[in-house]
Amino acid sequence: MASLLQHPGYEKERLQRVAEQLPCREVQAGMLLSLMGQPHQYSYPSIFVYGHRASGKSHVINVLLKELQLPHATVSCVECVSVASLFERVLLSFFGCDAAALLPRSPSLSDFVRVYRQQRSQSSAKETRYVILEKAELLRDADANLLPALLRLQELVEDNVTVLLLSEIAWDTFRPNTGCFEPLLLHFPDYSKGELQQILALDRHPSYSAEFYSSYINILLGVFYSVCRDLRELRHLAALNFSKFCEPLAEGKVKESDTHKLWRNIEPHLKKAMQTVYLREVSSLQWEKMQQAETEAGALRGLSAHTHVELPYYSKFLLIAAYLASYNPARTDKRFFLKHHGKIRKANFLKKNEKTSNHLLGPKPFPLDRLLAIFYSVVDSRVAPSASIFSQISSLVTLQLLTQVSHDDQLDAPKYKCAVSMDFICAISRTVNFDIVKYLYDFL
Amino acid sequence: MSTSSVSKGCFVFKPSAPKKKKNSSLGLEDYFIPGCEGAENSHVRFRLFDDLWMKITTDTEAVQDELNRQILDSLLDFTRKCSSTRQHSNWASQMRASEIPTAALMLGVNVPDHDMTFQSLSDLLQQSVTPHVASVQAKECGALKHLMKRVLERLMGAAVTVEDEDDVEEAEQNSTPLHKSVHCSLSTLCDWYITKTKKSNTSTPGKKRGSPIKDEQQQPPVVIIFKDLEAFNPRVLQDFILICSRYIEHLPLLLIFGIATSPSTIQHMLPHSVSSLLCIELFQSLSCTQHLATVIDKLILTPEFPFKLNGKVMQVLISIFLYHDFSVRNFIKGVQLALQEHFHSQPLSVLCCQKKEALLNVTQLSHGDLERIRQLPSFRRFVEKQESEERMTLLKNDAHLKQVCQQLIKDLHKYHKNYYPVLRCLHTLTSSLPRYPLGKQIRELHLTCLEKNVWETEDYQSAMKLLKMLAKDELITLLQRCAEIVGTVKSKRMKRALVQLEDLLTKLKQLDTAFTETATGADDILTSPVKDLQKKTDLFQLQKALLEMNESRRSKKLSPFELLRNEALELIDSLVTAHLSPPEAQTLYEVCYYSSSANVRRHLNATPRTSIQAALSSPFYYLQNESLKAEDGTVSNAAPDICIAYKLHLECGRLINLYDWLEAYATVVSAAEGVDPDSDNFGTVDEVKHARFIRAVSELEFLGFIKSTKQKTDHVARLTWGGC
Repeated sequence: MASLLQHPGYEKERLQRVAEQLPCREVQAGMLLSLMGQPHQYSYPSIFVYGHRASGKSHVINVLLKELQLPHATVSCVECVSVASLFERVLLSFFGCDAAALLPRSPSLSDFVRVYRQQRSQSSAKETRYVILEKAELLRDADANLLPALLRLQELVEDNVTVLLLSEIAWDTFRPNTGCFEPLLLHFPDYSKGELQQILALDRHPSYSAEFYSSYINILLGVFYSVCRDLRELRHLAALNFSKFCEPLAEGKVKESDTHKLWRNIEPHLKKAMQTVYLREVSSLQWEKMQQAETEAGALRGLSAHTHVELPYYSKFLLIAAYLASYNPARTDKRFFLKHHGKIRKANFLKKNEKTSNHLLGPKPFPLDRLLAIFYSVVDSRVAPSASIFSQISSLVTLQLLTQVSHDDQLDAPKYKCAVSMDFICAISRTVNFDIVKYLYDFL
Repeated sequence: MSTSSVSKGCFVFKPSAPKKKKNSSLGLEDYFIPGCEGAENSHVRFRLFDDLWMKITTDTEAVQDELNRQILDSLLDFTRKCSSTRQHSNWASQMRASEIPTAALMLGVNVPDHDMTFQSLSDLLQQSVTPHVASVQAKECGALKHLMKRVLERLMGAAVTVEDEDDVEEAEQNSTPLHKSVHCSLSTLCDWYITKTKKSNTSTPGKKRGSPIKDEQQQPPVVIIFKDLEAFNPRVLQDFILICSRYIEHLPLLLIFGIATSPSTIQHMLPHSVSSLLCIELFQSLSCTQHLATVIDKLILTPEFPFKLNGKVMQVLISIFLYHDFSVRNFIKGVQLALQEHFHSQPLSVLCCQKKEALLNVTQLSHGDLERIRQLPSFRRFVEKQESEERMTLLKNDAHLKQVCQQLIKDLHKYHKNYYPVLRCLHTLTSSLPRYPLGKQIRELHLTCLEKNVWETEDYQSAMKLLKMLAKDELITLLQRCAEIVGTVKSKRMKRALVQLEDLLTKLKQLDTAFTETATGADDILTSPVKDLQKKTDLFQLQKALLEMNESRRSKKLSPFELLRNEALELIDSLVTAHLSPPEAQTLYEVCYYSSSANVRRHLNATPRTSIQAALSSPFYYLQNESLKAEDGTVSNAAPDICIAYKLHLECGRLINLYDWLEAYATVVSAAEGVDPDSDNFGTVDEVKHARFIRAVSELEFLGFIKSTKQKTDHVARLTWGGC
C-alpha cells in the first residue's frame, strides 16, 4: 500500500510516516500528492475537496502538509466573522505578524492582494504555499467576489500558491452565477465497514490486547453501523461502552477469547445506548454514571423528558389563546367564542383548502387584536388590560413559545405565531381546567 | 471666559465638572419628606423605614443564598470535576476529551429573579474554581462577532477591537494602544490563556509539584455563562460552539446555559452535529412557588418585623405573583412599596417598630398625633366599650391616653407573638388532610385568618371533622410537630399551651401500654359486623350495613384514645379562637398594618390603556377643571380638542371619513365658542379649526387609535373596536 505514496520530490521516510498516519486514505493522499507536485513546482491554483463529515478531509491534508513541512495557512471559515480575519490569518502564517499589521481597518480584497504582492516581492515562495479553507460552504455567504478571487489567487498575486477548499457539500452548489475559475474536484468517499473497523481498532485500550479490542469494535459496528457511519460518533460510542464490555472480564467470568458470551453481555446495553447516548438525550458523563450504578438506570431521564414548563396563570391563557388563534381559521372564531352563534355544521363551513388539517399545515400568523379578543373570552375572570398582560406576551416571545412574524414597528399591529406543540398545550390547559380540544376546529 | 490665545475665533469651553456637594446632599430622605403626612415626625419615620428595609433586604438575600446553595454547590462540583477529569490521562476520558462540558441550568420562567442567581454563581465560581468567568446576555450578542467580543472583553478584562464600521468609534475609545492588534477570535484568547497560566505557574515555583490541588489550579477552566439561552440567535450559538470545539484541546472551556423553559430547547436550537460536541448535564433549581413560600415564611409570617400587610394587600401581591410574573424579586419590591407608602402616609407609623422603641415613641407623641389616635376607627371601637367616665378621660386627658396606648401597643405585640405559632400549628394539622379544606400553602390559611374569624368558616369545621378521624400515630406525629413549633416561642400563653400539649402527648403514648386490653375488647365488637359484610354483595345492602355500623359506633362509649383525641382537638380549637382573630379586631392595628390595596395595585399593575381612555373620555378626571364636568358618557364641548375628536371617532365604524369627522368637530367647537346656532358662521371650518383638528387627529394616530389606510384615500382606519 505504501507504494501509492511515492514522489520524487520528498524524502522516503517522511512519506512513510505520512502513510502510517493515514490508514484507508492512501488513494486520496497519493492523488493529492501528485497534484501538489514537487515543492518548488507550481501546483494547480485551487482544489476543491469534498466528502461527508468525518471522512478524513482535514486530517489527510493537515498530516500531509505538516509532515512534509510545506508552508500553509489553515483557516476555518466559521471563525472568520469578517473577511478581515481571513486575510489576516493567511498573511500572518505566510509572512509573520508585520505583514498582517499592514492591512488597513476593514480591508477589501484588493487591499489583501496588494499587501500579499508587496510581501511576496520581499520573500518570494521557494515552495508552494497552501491556503486551506475549512467549511468552505460559508464562503458563499460572504461577498460575491471573494470565492471567485480565492479560486484564482495564484494568478492575482503572481505567487506559487494553491487554495484548498474543504467542504461537506458538492461543488455544484458553490458555482456563482457569474461564472468562475473551475477548481479541481477531489472526492473523499465514505469509509466502508471494513475500513471503519480498521481505523477504530487503532485506538485500542493500552491494557487489553489488540485482538480483544478489535472484536469489541466488530460487535459495536454490528449494532451501530446500520444507523450511524460517522467515524467520530462511533469512536465516541466505542469509548463510552468499552468499560461495560470489559466488566465480565474483570469479574473473571469470561475469557478474552469467548466472544459470544461477551456479545450476549454487551448487546442489550448497546441497544440502550442507541436510544439515549446517540441522540444526546443523555450526556456521556451521565451515561458513565448510569453504568456504574446499574440499578437506578431508569431514574435518569433524558433531555426531552423534561417538557413541563411552569407558567404564570395568565401566561397560560395567553398561550392557549395564541394556540387557538394559530390553528383555527379566523372565520370560525364566531362559532367558538360567541354565546349565541347558532348551529353551524362543519360540512357547510368547510372551504376547499381547509379540508386538510390545520395541524398538518402548521401554525398561522395572527394579529395581536385577535389574540387578545380570544384571551378575554377564554379566561374566566375579568382581567384588566394591564401593562403586565402585554409584557407577558413579549416574555412569551423571548421564551420562544410565541414567535413574532412581522418585523415591523411594534405600534403597527404586530403579528405572532404560536410555536408550541399540541402535547404541550394540552398539558398546559389541563392545569387550568380548560378543555382545549373542544375549541379546536380540527377536532370538531 | 478668557483664553490664552492671541488670535480671534471660536473656542469651546467644556463645563467644569459639577460640584459633588450639591448631589450628595439630596439623599433618599429628601425625597421622602416632602408631601409626607404629618411632617413633624417624618425624620423618625424615615429612619424607621430605612432600618426596617435594610433588615428585610439582608434577610431576603440570606434566604435566597440559602435556597440557591444546593444547586450552586452541585454546579461547582461539576465544574471542578470537569477540570480535574481533563487532566487525567485515563484512556476513557482521553477519548472523550473533545466534548465541551456544559451545564444546563433550569431556572424557571421567572426571568427577573435570574440575575441574582447568576451573580452569586459567578461570584462563587470566581472564589473557588476559576478566575476566568464571563457571562453574556442575548441582547448584547446579536451577531457572532459581538458575542466573541463580549466574551473576550470579559475574560481578558481589556478592550478588543472588532473589524466593523459601526464599532470603530467605540473601539477607538476603548482600546488602549497595547491592544491595538488584538483580534476578536478565540485563538487570541487561547494565547492569552496559555501565557496567563504559564505566568502563574512560574510565579509560584515554591509549591510542590505533583499535588492534585496544584494540578487543578494550573488549568483553571474558562467558564462562559449564557444567561438566557432561549433568546439567543441559534445560528450564533451554533457557530460559537463549533469554534469552541476547535480550541477545546488547548483551552479548557466550560459552558453554562441558563434555561427558562425546558431542556428540550437545547435540542430545538442546536442540530445534532453541534449538540454532539457538548457533554450536557442538567441542574434543576427550586421552583419559584417554593421560593416564594420560603420568603413569605421568613418575611411575613414572623413577629420579628413590626410592619404587616393586611389581607387585601397580601392578596394583590400574591395574585400579581401567581397570575403575572412568578417573580419573587417583584414580590419583595411590592413589599418595599407598601412599606414605603405606609411610613409615608401614616403619621402614626412612628409606633411601627420594635416594642421597646415603640413604647418610647408613645411618650413622645404630640397632641396632634394623639388626636389622630382618637380618630382611628379601631380606637373608637375600643373607647365605646369603656365606661363613660373612662371614655371622657381617654378623650380629654393626653397623659392618660399615652399610658393606655402603651398598654395597647404591648397587647398588639403579644397578639403577633401568639398569632404566628398558632397559625403554623393549625397549618401543620390541616395541610395533610384530604382535599386541603384550609389550603395547601400556609399563605392561603394566613389570608383567610386575616380576613375573618377562621373558626366560623365552613372549611374550618370540615377540617375539624376530618381531624377527628385521624389515626393515633398520625395524630401523635402532628401534635409533636405542633409542640415543636410552640416550644420555640417565649410567651406565657404559649408555654402553657406547650405544657398541655406535652401532657396530652405523654398520655397518648401511654395508651399503648396501659390500655391494650380494652383495645382488644373493642376489636371484638367491631369484627363481627365486618364478617357479615363479606357475605353481602348487594350495593344497597352494603350501604345500609355500613350506615348501621356507623350508628352503632357513634352510640358506643368512646374509647380512651377517642377521648384524648377530642381533648387535643379542643385544645387546638381553643388556641385558634383565642389567637387567630383577624388583626382588624385589634385596637391600634392601623399602626402596623398597611391596607391600601388599590394604591399597591395601581403602582404595580399599571393599566396604561385604561388611563389613556379615562383621560380622553373624561378629561375632568385628570385636569380637575370644573368646566369639564359632564354627565356619564358625554364630553363637554369645552374639552381639549383631542377629547372631542376621540369622542366623535367612537361613533364611527372601522373606516372614518376625515371630512365628515372635521365637519362634526367644527360643529362641536363652534358651539363651545358660543356662536349662535342659527347664524351662517355656525359650523364653518376656518383655518384655525382646521389646524386644531389636524393636530388632534395626528395625536390620536400617535396614541395608536387610528392609522392611515390605503383602502380609501380620504379615510383613516380605527384600530380599536367598540364605542357607543
